[in-house]
Amino acid sequence: MIGADAIIKCLEAEGVTTVFGYPGVAITPFYNSILDSHIRTILIRTEQNAAHAASGVSRLTGKPGVCAVTSGPGATNVITGIATAFADSIPLICITGQVNSELLGSDVFQEADITGAVESFVKYSYLVKDAAEIPRIFKEAFYIANSGRKGPVLIDIPIDVQNAPVTKFKYPEEVALRTYKPTVKGHAVQIKKVISELKKAKRPLICAGGGVLLSEAEGELRAFAERHRIPVVSTMMGIGVMPTDHPLYFRMVGNNGKAYANRAMNESDVLVMVGARVADRAVNQPDLITKDKVLIHMDVDPAEIGKNAGPTIPLVGDAKHIFGDLEKEDFTCSCEEWLETLNTYRRELKRRRSPNPDYVDPAEFIERLTDRMQEDSVYVADVGQNQIWSCGYAKVKERAKFLTSGGMGTMGYSIPAAMGAKIAAPERQVVAVCGDGSFQMSMMELATMRQHDVPVKIVVLKNNYLGMVRQYQHFTYKDNYSVVDLSGSPDLEKLASAYDLPFLRLENMDKCDEVIDAFLKDDASVLMECLIDPMDLV
Amino acid sequence: MQKKVFQLLTNNTSGVLSRITGLFSRRGYNIESITAGVTSNPEYSRITIVTSGDDEILEQIEKQLAKLEDVRNIKELRPEESVYRELIMIKVRAAAEQRQSIIAVADIFRAKIVDVAPDSLIIELTGNQQKIDAFIGLLDGYDVLEQARTGIAGLGRGTEHIAYVEDTE
Repeated sequence: MIGADAIIKCLEAEGVTTVFGYPGVAITPFYNSILDSHIRTILIRTEQNAAHAASGVSRLTGKPGVCAVTSGPGATNVITGIATAFADSIPLICITGQVNSELLGSDVFQEADITGAVESFVKYSYLVKDAAEIPRIFKEAFYIANSGRKGPVLIDIPIDVQNAPVTKFKYPEEVALRTYKPTVKGHAVQIKKVISELKKAKRPLICAGGGVLLSEAEGELRAFAERHRIPVVSTMMGIGVMPTDHPLYFRMVGNNGKAYANRAMNESDVLVMVGARVADRAVNQPDLITKDKVLIHMDVDPAEIGKNAGPTIPLVGDAKHIFGDLEKEDFTCSCEEWLETLNTYRRELKRRRSPNPDYVDPAEFIERLTDRMQEDSVYVADVGQNQIWSCGYAKVKERAKFLTSGGMGTMGYSIPAAMGAKIAAPERQVVAVCGDGSFQMSMMELATMRQHDVPVKIVVLKNNYLGMVRQYQHFTYKDNYSVVDLSGSPDLEKLASAYDLPFLRLENMDKCDEVIDAFLKDDASVLMECLIDPMDLV
Repeated sequence: MQKKVFQLLTNNTSGVLSRITGLFSRRGYNIESITAGVTSNPEYSRITIVTSGDDEILEQIEKQLAKLEDVRNIKELRPEESVYRELIMIKVRAAAEQRQSIIAVADIFRAKIVDVAPDSLIIELTGNQQKIDAFIGLLDGYDVLEQARTGIAGLGRGTEHIAYVEDTE
């Protein structure tokens, strides 16, 4: 057995079923050994997307997705994908090939100091210098990636280490990390304080972030909210924590959120932030959520508590544990009046949009699309105006998933992440919704979809602009548009035909339902273009 | 702005110091001094960092350092509960006629002369920062050619606050 075989055995021991990647000489021992394994390999068309696809797997399975790329440019290309996962605390294992360990530091062909370069975007990284260390390192890497505040871990393996003989292989059953022990169980005293504040609350509110989904605590949170009739809002990363049509769910907060969700935040007297960073897009003025109210901040990462807003009650722990403990406490909360107020706010919201009838109204389209999608479907939103429309109007059903790149806002995320999701859950319907800018950042993956038969459905909301920036220039620079015109974009119908994909076009709302039905009909890839008014605003 | 001294017990592996200093530069925190060395258990290093900032920044520094996977323990070394020491070496121009007066100053501070050349002396002094600053002040009238300071190392007093004994488990 050689080091590369040992790596594959580690992946098998962790239950990895798919590796996304792009080979180069420095990772060829790995890709040679994987031929003897049942692990599926997917040749992605650019390395950044290998990390995004692994992110899609991770978000569907709750286990780290895995990508493996070569040294030098392969490794540097994957950084954006790693940074995207890091910003959203998505666990990944990124394996990078490296030049011969004796040549490290001598700037040979395709050498890059990747552990140094990704330092600020990984939870941890390893440079493997001894093949005998492979089992321990992989065991630790998977544990670190998927525990505490989750995140990507990079393992850089020189080619000679991959080729080195390994005499005995034993995958450790336990990790022995003396310096890393995340707190997952909430402190009992703090939990009592939370209960005592909620008892007194007249206008309590739970604001759920992505951390709730990462700890798979949706069920616990929902049971708690329903039992005590406490309304829930979410950040962008928290979308999907409750079904959109749940009477206690008041959708997304923030500068792109619903007005009634923000009013709920502002007017609440006890605000429970859980698994959320209190970052600028969700909470524009953190001092407002500490003024005139009790802020309870629950997070598995103690460094997030108090970073942007000083809480009245900090509670370090994993959401699933915390809500499990809170559920044991018996108390009543009387907030029917508050719920009535919030429902009034919700009813009062006028749809401000005045759609141009010559085009598709993206808001209405997304509502109708998601309404027709299957109960356990996966909706992957890209970045740009399309993301804001998706967050604002997608109907996320009971068992459905909503994925997007929230923290980093990485364009091109949706198609590779949707591929990862579809590969991880082939029985689920997976739809990627992107703009014509973000589509062109990942359209090379249409080939991957064809090659590996990954039936993802793609919607392109086409407005011939980098719409989000155009909108910003509209307001900030009085329509002085600079470098936002997407002229030169390909004819998507011809492109679909080049990849032998079915194509649909929706020009206005007249045949909306009919085209959506055709789009969703079979479990097959379809490319669908929706023509959006170039001047449309979110 | 206030100053704080943090003591860290970390893994003694490659890359730990770079992860710590990288954290400071990335998040825009100040390092006034940092010293690192192996502990009685060679698997660990002890790192002493002097840093400054307002209360919120200092709290974040402590939390972000604690979060690093390689950091086993972090504690603040409060001045009243701790002993700090720093070592300084100063090379002073010293012709024959100045030599005695420089040595006299060094003696008062219990500094050591560690090198004597025909026209210079190297003085070594260990002490807390006030003592070292006072010594440098007294050498003001002389021609200081070079100086090197280690930054402070520190330990808490007594046995009360030892979170992790450096045993070999």
